[in-house]
Amino acid sequence: MKLEIRGVTKTFQSKNGALTALDAIDLDVQPGEFVCLLGPSGCGKSTLLNIIAGLDAPTRGQVRVEGKIVTRPGPDRVMIFQSAALFPWLSVFDNVKFGLNMIGVPKPARQVIARKYLQMVHLADFERASVHELSGGMKQRVAIARALAADPDVLLMDEPFGALDAQTRDLLHDELQTIWTETRKTIVFVTHNVREAVVLGDRVVVFSARPGRIKKIFTIDLPRPRQIESYAVVDLAREIMAELKEDVLASVHDPQVSWLQGMEAQRVGDDVL
Amino acid sequence: MVSRVFQNTLARKLIFFAALIAVWQTLAWSGWWAEYIFPSPLGVAQTLARGFQNGTFVVGIATSMQRLLIGFGISAIIGILSGLAIGRSKVLDETIGSLVLGLQTLPSICWLPLALLWFGLSETAMLFVVVMGALLAITTATEAGVKNTPPLYLRAARNLGARGWKLYALVIFPAALPEIITGMKLGWSFAWRSLMAAELLYVSLGLGHLLMMGRELNDMSQVVAVMLVIIAIGLVVDRVIFAPIETRVRERWGLI
Repeated sequence: MKLEIRGVTKTFQSKNGALTALDAIDLDVQPGEFVCLLGPSGCGKSTLLNIIAGLDAPTRGQVRVEGKIVTRPGPDRVMIFQSAALFPWLSVFDNVKFGLNMIGVPKPARQVIARKYLQMVHLADFERASVHELSGGMKQRVAIARALAADPDVLLMDEPFGALDAQTRDLLHDELQTIWTETRKTIVFVTHNVREAVVLGDRVVVFSARPGRIKKIFTIDLPRPRQIESYAVVDLAREIMAELKEDVLASVHDPQVSWLQGMEAQRVGDDVL
Repeated sequence: MVSRVFQNTLARKLIFFAALIAVWQTLAWSGWWAEYIFPSPLGVAQTLARGFQNGTFVVGIATSMQRLLIGFGISAIIGILSGLAIGRSKVLDETIGSLVLGLQTLPSICWLPLALLWFGLSETAMLFVVVMGALLAITTATEAGVKNTPPLYLRAARNLGARGWKLYALVIFPAALPEIITGMKLGWSFAWRSLMAAELLYVSLGLGHLLMMGRELNDMSQVVAVMLVIIAIGLVVDRVIFAPIETRVRERWGLI
């Protein structure tokens, strides 16, 4: 499913006046492509993800999925959050079935589909577990299974591994590459970890500090599966890091960044009722 | 040895209450006050046993609990539904929400005169007071729970296609459940207190009435015995029913 981002600009109203998070973003994502959005904190990359998901509306410009303008959330574009966002009142199994229930898949089919994806993330034995019994890495796996079960065309991942320890993260990088190879989903992956972006992405889109603009796009031609400690990955990461350095510095000294991140974390879409 | 016993919480409590009863019994035996003014623990125990044997306490407990359960059930249903509505609607919040907040400052027993005029000396009047006791606490707690739904859950749910009543029933309601349960616990204790007050005020067979009968018959040991029963019921419901549910839910929801 092709994703077209055209002139997307987002301005938030803060008490210090208008705050531009994104400035005229143009980007095409090809069907089945794995694109990483990389940038310093507050560069608006999460805002862009919210807009693609339909959880937030652009001030100007538009996002089109297969030619259709995005106006609200839809199960064709499912987001995976840094904190997994599983529902603690549901078992692992019921969490994975949640999206299937929402799109009206009949009950027997839900079971089969949910089992399939729990198996894919190696959690077949944890069907009955409660969310609070899971480790961070397991939660993120369930979140991935929950998203995949809804069979979206586009997976939107918002720093999904940012809160995990390094070993778990490496493991999930491998698993995500395998899953992507098997399912051929279009993935838009937000991160501020340069090596992660190089390991995972077909392309790495580098954002400038606020207001977020696309600074440069790197095409990553390395063979898969990629390892985070391989020389090729490290070399490319160094090159991209050089590009990013001044923006990271600018973002560190930007007092509006945490306010902006707070805004990004609260967007739930306008038509909640 | 003694110090080791004192390190045990349960032992400390037992010793304290045993000592309290011993002092009480000694004071009663001292004969400073007449038995009908200052009953002995033994006398109270006898009255308790007699009350349960001849059924008056059983009837009293059953009557009060029935009122409480019906009234509490009604207010839980109305309270949760209206809390869910007020929590998600700005208009309802500004209108009914502020009315609820205002009414909440009124001790619920103050509804009794109004209930008596509307419904007479009837069960309905009694129920009305119980309902008003619990309703507002449950409504405000539900409303707060809904307003405090973590945006993350809403984002995740919206994303997976949840909207309308499914979003309410499957996400907003369960997300608010910990606060709803706390509200129900609070509402129960308000309802219990106002029911006892209401039962004191007119003939009604319930525990409050037994308490009043003790006074009228100058039977202090009955008064104290019924007070003990009332305390016991309050403790049991709070510790055996609400507290475990509350702890389990909060743990599962990751709030502990």
